[in-house]
Amino acid sequence: MLASLSFNNISCERDERILFNNLSYECKSGTLLQVVGFNGAGKTTLLHTLCGLRQPATGQILWQAQDISLNPQLFKQSLFFLGHQTPVKGHLTVTENIQWLRSLHPAPSYTSIQQALIEVDLLAYADTHCHQLSAGQRRRVALSQLYLTQASLWVLDEPFTSIDKAGVAKLAQRLQQHTERGGIVVLTSHQPVELEHLQSLDLSRYQPSLEEHIAHG
Amino acid sequence: MAELNEANTGAGAILSRDMRLIWRHRSDIVNPVIFYLIGITMLPLAIGTSKQLLGTVAPGMLWIMAMLATLLSLDALFRTDFEDGSLAQFQLSSQPLYLIVLYKVLAYWLSTGLPLTLMAPMLGLMLSLPADGYWALLLTLLPGTAILTLVGALGAALTVCLRSGGLVMTLIIMPLYLPVLIIGSSAVSSAVAGFGFDRELALLIAGLAIALIVMPPAIAGALKISTNQ
Repeated sequence: MLASLSFNNISCERDERILFNNLSYECKSGTLLQVVGFNGAGKTTLLHTLCGLRQPATGQILWQAQDISLNPQLFKQSLFFLGHQTPVKGHLTVTENIQWLRSLHPAPSYTSIQQALIEVDLLAYADTHCHQLSAGQRRRVALSQLYLTQASLWVLDEPFTSIDKAGVAKLAQRLQQHTERGGIVVLTSHQPVELEHLQSLDLSRYQPSLEEHIAHG
Repeated sequence: MAELNEANTGAGAILSRDMRLIWRHRSDIVNPVIFYLIGITMLPLAIGTSKQLLGTVAPGMLWIMAMLATLLSLDALFRTDFEDGSLAQFQLSSQPLYLIVLYKVLAYWLSTGLPLTLMAPMLGLMLSLPADGYWALLLTLLPGTAILTLVGALGAALTVCLRSGGLVMTLIIMPLYLPVLIIGSSAVSSAVAGFGFDRELALLIAGLAIALIVMPPAIAGALKISTNQ
């Protein structure tokens, strides 16, 4: 699996306020990138922009040396995104939730749902309605997709939230495994992350200067 | 562990997901049906039981109440999906968004528009709708409620991230509801008067065909705009 992702001079605005600008960064196959920055620095906005959920104000994002807005359908096939919200329905069972999430991507899975449930330690809950689960367990339901997806670019917003220690270790192992196979992981986390070869992208370095603020405002 | 239905992939899985959710949330979805039932039941109590009077207002009242009942919980169509991040998953799916949207609208119509349509003749009986009107009512409500749901879903998509989008949504879509209401109720009236209702029915079906083609991409576009804030 060969992958390349680059941010080409991008800047993002929110409500006509510049969050960061002139951000350039390049990720090669096997990169594990943590986006860091203070609250409101634009971490989530950057991840959403990276997924194509919103447009950058300027600049472009290149996936496999091609602008992601040129062929969004192709890009989506190699993307797995999990936001800080948990897209899990309380009135569906664990299995049903995993099924509908997986159905959004037709790529054949290399593990069965049962295997994924074992990995996230939820096999005993397969037929339990999700509103009976704890926050961490619901999070695990969503994270089980990491064992079913064949996407090469994983974009994870706060993946470690409400996951216990053993779960975090398991998740870290999974991320490491993915990058060793040549995938790319971009994540944000407020918890300290212990991952090998973790690169860090500090958004505070791309803050607009005061003059730019004034010029823009 | 539930047997996994491997054939159930693609956007069709969204239909089964939504139908399951609606079924397990039944108390929400009977709301429009109860509203329709109560609204029509109250009518003779309020305006009197004169058969002639009721028969005259019945076509219009049955259509207006069906329209309002369709509108009742429509603003929540995309709200929960927006709040729990499912909508972002839909947008990033390799399935086209308009197809997912179409299945969501279909699930909503199957759980409101269809029961409302099937109920309407029974309620027509309560308003002593003349015998000629029943088929017209049933046949015009069928495409009619489907158009109303498709148009309403556009309003729901445009207001998905507004905290109290209900009123804004109603204001946006009401003008688009008027032609459907006018054509639908006049079809029933002209059937009651002894004329045919072929022309109105053909208009409604043509409207449905256009809405089916135009609305899903428009709703998908509206969702993209709304969530891009």
